[in-house]
Amino acid sequence: MSKGVLSKNKRNSKVFKILSLTAVFIGFIALGIMLVDIFIDGAGRISWDFLSNFPSRRPGRAGILSALVGTLWMMSLTAAFSFPLGLGAGIYLEEYARKNWFTKLVEINISNLAGVPSIIYGLLGLGIFVRVCGFERSLLSGALTLTLLILPIIITTTRESLKAVPKSLREASYALGATQWQTVYSQILPVAMPGILTGTILALSRAIGETAPLIAIGALTYIAFLPHGVFDPFTVLPIQVFNWISRPQHGFAINAAAAIIILLLITLMMNSVAIYLRRKFQRRVKW
Amino acid sequence: MNTEETFDVKPIGRLFAVLSYFTKINLAGLMKNFSRKKAYDKGIKGILFLCASLSILTTIGIISVLIFETVEFFKEVHILDFLFDSQWTPLFYEKHFGIMSLLCGTILVTLIAMLVAIPLGILSAVYLNEYAGERFRSIAKPVLEILAGIPTVVYGYFALFFVTPLLQKVVPGLSGFNALSPGIVMGIMILPMISSLSEDAMRAVPKSLREGAYAMGATKMQVAFRVVIPAATSGIVSSFILGMSRAIGETMIVTIASGQMPRLTFDPRVPIETITAYIVQVSLGDTPVGTIEYNTIFAAGMTLFIFTFTLSIFSHWLKKRFREEYS
Amino acid sequence: MVENNVFDISALNVWYGEKQVLKDINIEIKANCVTALIGPSGCGKSTFLRCLNRMNDFIPEFHLEGKIINNGTDLYAQKIDPIEIRRDIGMVFQKPNPFPKSVYKNITFGLNIFGVKDTEKLDKIVEDSLRKAALWDEVKDDLNRSALSFSGGQQQRLCIARAIAVNPKVILFDEPCSALDPIATGKIEDLITELKKDYTVVIVTHNMQQAARISDFTGFFMLGELAEFDKTKKIFTDPSNKVTEDYITGRFG
Repeated sequence: MSKGVLSKNKRNSKVFKILSLTAVFIGFIALGIMLVDIFIDGAGRISWDFLSNFPSRRPGRAGILSALVGTLWMMSLTAAFSFPLGLGAGIYLEEYARKNWFTKLVEINISNLAGVPSIIYGLLGLGIFVRVCGFERSLLSGALTLTLLILPIIITTTRESLKAVPKSLREASYALGATQWQTVYSQILPVAMPGILTGTILALSRAIGETAPLIAIGALTYIAFLPHGVFDPFTVLPIQVFNWISRPQHGFAINAAAAIIILLLITLMMNSVAIYLRRKFQRRVKW
Repeated sequence: MNTEETFDVKPIGRLFAVLSYFTKINLAGLMKNFSRKKAYDKGIKGILFLCASLSILTTIGIISVLIFETVEFFKEVHILDFLFDSQWTPLFYEKHFGIMSLLCGTILVTLIAMLVAIPLGILSAVYLNEYAGERFRSIAKPVLEILAGIPTVVYGYFALFFVTPLLQKVVPGLSGFNALSPGIVMGIMILPMISSLSEDAMRAVPKSLREGAYAMGATKMQVAFRVVIPAATSGIVSSFILGMSRAIGETMIVTIASGQMPRLTFDPRVPIETITAYIVQVSLGDTPVGTIEYNTIFAAGMTLFIFTFTLSIFSHWLKKRFREEYS
Repeated sequence: MVENNVFDISALNVWYGEKQVLKDINIEIKANCVTALIGPSGCGKSTFLRCLNRMNDFIPEFHLEGKIINNGTDLYAQKIDPIEIRRDIGMVFQKPNPFPKSVYKNITFGLNIFGVKDTEKLDKIVEDSLRKAALWDEVKDDLNRSALSFSGGQQQRLCIARAIAVNPKVILFDEPCSALDPIATGKIEDLITELKKDYTVVIVTHNMQQAARISDFTGFFMLGELAEFDKTKKIFTDPSNKVTEDYITGRFG
């Protein structure tokens, strides 16, 4: 091979390196521009009034109180439903299930469900919770719909966290005469719990950003009161944002940007908690 | 370090406090304790099993809701009209039910998104896998993850109020609602997914293959294109498919930025409507249960479900093949 | 000392799926003795050990024929619950595997699961077990410290204390020193010799000197068969089997 070919190869490789680095940065830059754009549009609008007012026809007086409260309701309810269900299913599949056709079916099914578009879950919620169960367009219908939506994620992270617990720990517990549940509950779960919680929080942060399925079950876009119970109608932040975006007046677009900032702050907060949990426990437990 | 290393799960388990104190002499008590424990263990197993079975019920629920309402729909609309009529106007006085015009919108936006996401995704995956140091990776991956975790309404806002006005300066005749802008933004949204899954696939290529090529004097680029990418093809393609499935099912970006005008066109500059945007459009209105308008969203949903389901099965098959190649 | 058998094992055959890993094992294990099981890797000695407290039950393809009688009970009889068995037959593993909890909680776990809650009683058992495991002086001020913060040798002795705490009759050791340095190994060996006063000990080891040092009886496994079983002295000075002699003198393995 001549020296010329080699140096040409090297040059190509260098050009390619720059090209691919650019690709990575396009993602970063897009993220940066988007955040800056929204911040510029909306930051000036955020005030105590904006947080504590109900929506209004006049953009200057409108606030996100009902949406914010709705989002908090939705988050707590969805957490209360999805965590135990996801945990239970994860434990069953990882610790108890025999390797038979049913287990396999459940596994394939869960990974397929993870790929079903969220709007389809909305139609499911509309058909089952709103109509068959008769929960109407309530917080309960919404939370159950979001629960089904994020269950596959929680089940998967639960399983991964359980799988990461060393076999030796299980053996130690069984050798002392512990039953399977005693072993799972007293020894395995405590070790796996940080991972499971991290995954659950991330899944929840996805749930509170969801708009489409809640619109499909008929969540209202204009609500000037606070829900008092799970059977009350509701709105959430992303729906409020969507509603304002689709109004023609410029003032509402600014409101939307401000509401987005609040929404992003909430998701950012949840993500930080998750990452903090992961870091904290990763460092401490080692074998 | 004076603290416990693990999590306290006691609150969950206090419910189940097992039998009290017993001593070695208390053999009868011991036996009783055991059988109680066994019954209790079985009960727990049953509950856990029910949790796992819920996922099957979910699928059954989705399919039956979709089928039930779709059947109602086809009682009124002939399947040939559904498949071949060129217009979709269920909300107008003169109703047409040609799904093609919605499907066309979905496919157009998805194509644009893939045109953005595939090259960028592959290139970033190659960079992260072949060139980047551990430090860069440890920063870049979480940032890309953040990109994937941003609610889609936010992307919608960005497409409508930032990207579209920007593009209007460059693209002549670009309407305020169009397929181009949401397509590009959607591409950026699925970029992290494609790059991270492709990177996983590339990472799984055995080191020995790579070393073999380096030993022959290949540059990093040559290794990436001639060794790593070909070896990881099925994994990479499977990431494209998952990305495509996300794009097809994505709702808010298109609802916000692409308009509500179902039409059979591949012109990215004009307003269109996707299947998902149509479902939202109807859901926002006050459509009474049992009307044909109400049923259309399920027929549209069914079409969507069939597409994403097929893609998901296909990607499974690919992944399985990939795993077989390297184990 | 009355020599009675803790285990009477007859015609034991074990398969993993199609593969037979133990062939026609017949052995009697005496109470309050240390019985060592030696042999090259993959000879089935660990599998055999794990049959004694049914720890093989977790392997899906595991299949057993023959009888293991423990003090008159057939361990593999239909009505037997493996969980009950493991209470009487403790086990210490190859790598120290303390729970990622405090020293105190490691030892009380076995008691808690059987409903012992009385703090005074628990305190006493913790101290007794740690003393028996020759660990008390080293950890008595750190009972609430995480078990994982101790050295490997200390962790292994903690695992022994944990096994002792539930007051078993037998303790099985599965190569307990293979992850430890010589000094820690020495301490564990002294401890095992001490333990046989109160317990019956069965130990799998790949270290022949260890078997010679601490055991009363030695079984030599070879390709899934029990090639020879006798008093340790006899095995190491005058083996009746040529293969045993070859192995012990280091001609293979």
